[in-house]
Amino acid sequence: MPIENLLNPMLQSATIELLSISPPGWGANLLRGLANSIQIAVGAFGLGLAIGIAGAWGKLYGSPMVRDLMEIYTTVVRAVPELVLILLLYYAGTDLINRALDSFGYAPIDISGLVAGICVLGVVQGAYATEVIRGAILAIPQGQIEAARAYGMPPGKMLRRITLPAMLPFAIPGLANLWLIATKDTALLAVVGFNELTQETRQAGATTKAYFTFFVAAGVLYLLLTLFSNVIIGRIERWARRGMPPVTESGQ
Amino acid sequence: MAAVVAAQRPAPTDGVAAEAIHVENLHKKFGQLHVLKGVSLSARDGEVVAIIGGSGSGKSTLLRCINCLENPTSGIIRVNGEQIRLKPNSLGDSVPADRRQIERIRSRLGMVFQSFNLWSHMTLIENVIEVPVHVLGVKRSDAIVEAEKLLARVGLAEKRDVYPAYLSGGQQQRAAIARALAVQPRVMLFDEPTSALDPELVGEVLKVIGDLAREGRTMVLVTHEMKFAREVATHVIYLWNGVVEEEGPPEQIFGAPKSERLKQFIRSIG
Repeated sequence: MPIENLLNPMLQSATIELLSISPPGWGANLLRGLANSIQIAVGAFGLGLAIGIAGAWGKLYGSPMVRDLMEIYTTVVRAVPELVLILLLYYAGTDLINRALDSFGYAPIDISGLVAGICVLGVVQGAYATEVIRGAILAIPQGQIEAARAYGMPPGKMLRRITLPAMLPFAIPGLANLWLIATKDTALLAVVGFNELTQETRQAGATTKAYFTFFVAAGVLYLLLTLFSNVIIGRIERWARRGMPPVTESGQ
Repeated sequence: MAAVVAAQRPAPTDGVAAEAIHVENLHKKFGQLHVLKGVSLSARDGEVVAIIGGSGSGKSTLLRCINCLENPTSGIIRVNGEQIRLKPNSLGDSVPADRRQIERIRSRLGMVFQSFNLWSHMTLIENVIEVPVHVLGVKRSDAIVEAEKLLARVGLAEKRDVYPAYLSGGQQQRAAIARALAVQPRVMLFDEPTSALDPELVGEVLKVIGDLAREGRTMVLVTHEMKFAREVATHVIYLWNGVVEEEGPPEQIFGAPKSERLKQFIRSIG
């Protein structure tokens, strides 16, 4: 059994030791990286969602100028590779803010990787979310929106009470994709030196030379995050579709 | 319910009921298409005004202009004596100039649509209390008590926690009528309320509307059901090609029509 011969020693001593939570194991570092990744993903997804709602609203109901601005935003962000955007927004963005602060006579600030990461990925997510939500709002039977208007609902209340809940079932599959993409896009922040999961994994691998062990471990962590996400998304989707009869095959 | 209805209708002054809806010289253009060409309409408290006419005559557009779901091109609209303030927009239509005013007026006009338009993510009871609670500021518990009465009244008491998609068209439309009643409307607007229904479901909806008409509610009703219009209407307007071709009490419109077009229309409907 050559494979067992190969794996056994790895599984027994060295691997466990390398991955253990307490030093000299690197487990705690990986978990810290995962926690950072999740923080960024949650923040970026939330920011993206907020931008997406505003963007979809602007594209559908805004003045011609607002529509054009939204169109430029979604087109540019979706056209440029994310890695380029991250480098651009991170370095140029920090520089711009500090120059602005400087011109107003404030001292430059050190923007935390976490905030920068959330902002950068949030802007990217927002462009995609705008389109997902715009499509979902267009999928609402327009009579439901009209009924809200006919009963004198103010625009803000209509968005909260009718438009958003009614578009949700149509938006969930697209938004779920965006969430899963957000969890993995956090890895791109390794290029600006942020200590998320991929960066921590690289460091652990470089220090111990056990690249295989650590990248497999990181892969497993990403997979677990996805599986857990799927359970939550499934629940949210069932709730969002509560008013819709289940789609069943004929004869069932 | 009777107390509510009585409270809604102010005592007639000098023998004539107050005017609930007043539309004067209404024009509506969709681009080049001139749909309404100077239509006037009046509904006094307690009146049931039926608007009839062939397809494309502008009858739904007229109804939808009353609460500015459709922006008129020009004209005067008064609801309970209050004129809707309009201002021109870039498309050449007149749009409500004061958002709060139009919202306030709309919230007391109970509109019932051809395709029901219940909110699909809410159960029936949630649909019925939505406007009272979130627009009119009624306490939720009070709204629920009232909504349960209204659902019972349209025969849907046991369906209160069911989502609209699980109901028949007739049930959905009766729920939509309960939703309209929940705002204690000064006027009810019906936009072809039975046109989307299977024939065997039309009767149950007409019965509910007929009962409301008989208790003296003010209504403006666009309909294809001529027999029904004749039964419940106090005044009938026949629209043809965007103008009022003939109007009068139902006995006259259906019994002794003067206009050739109206005669032809009534014959064709049978």
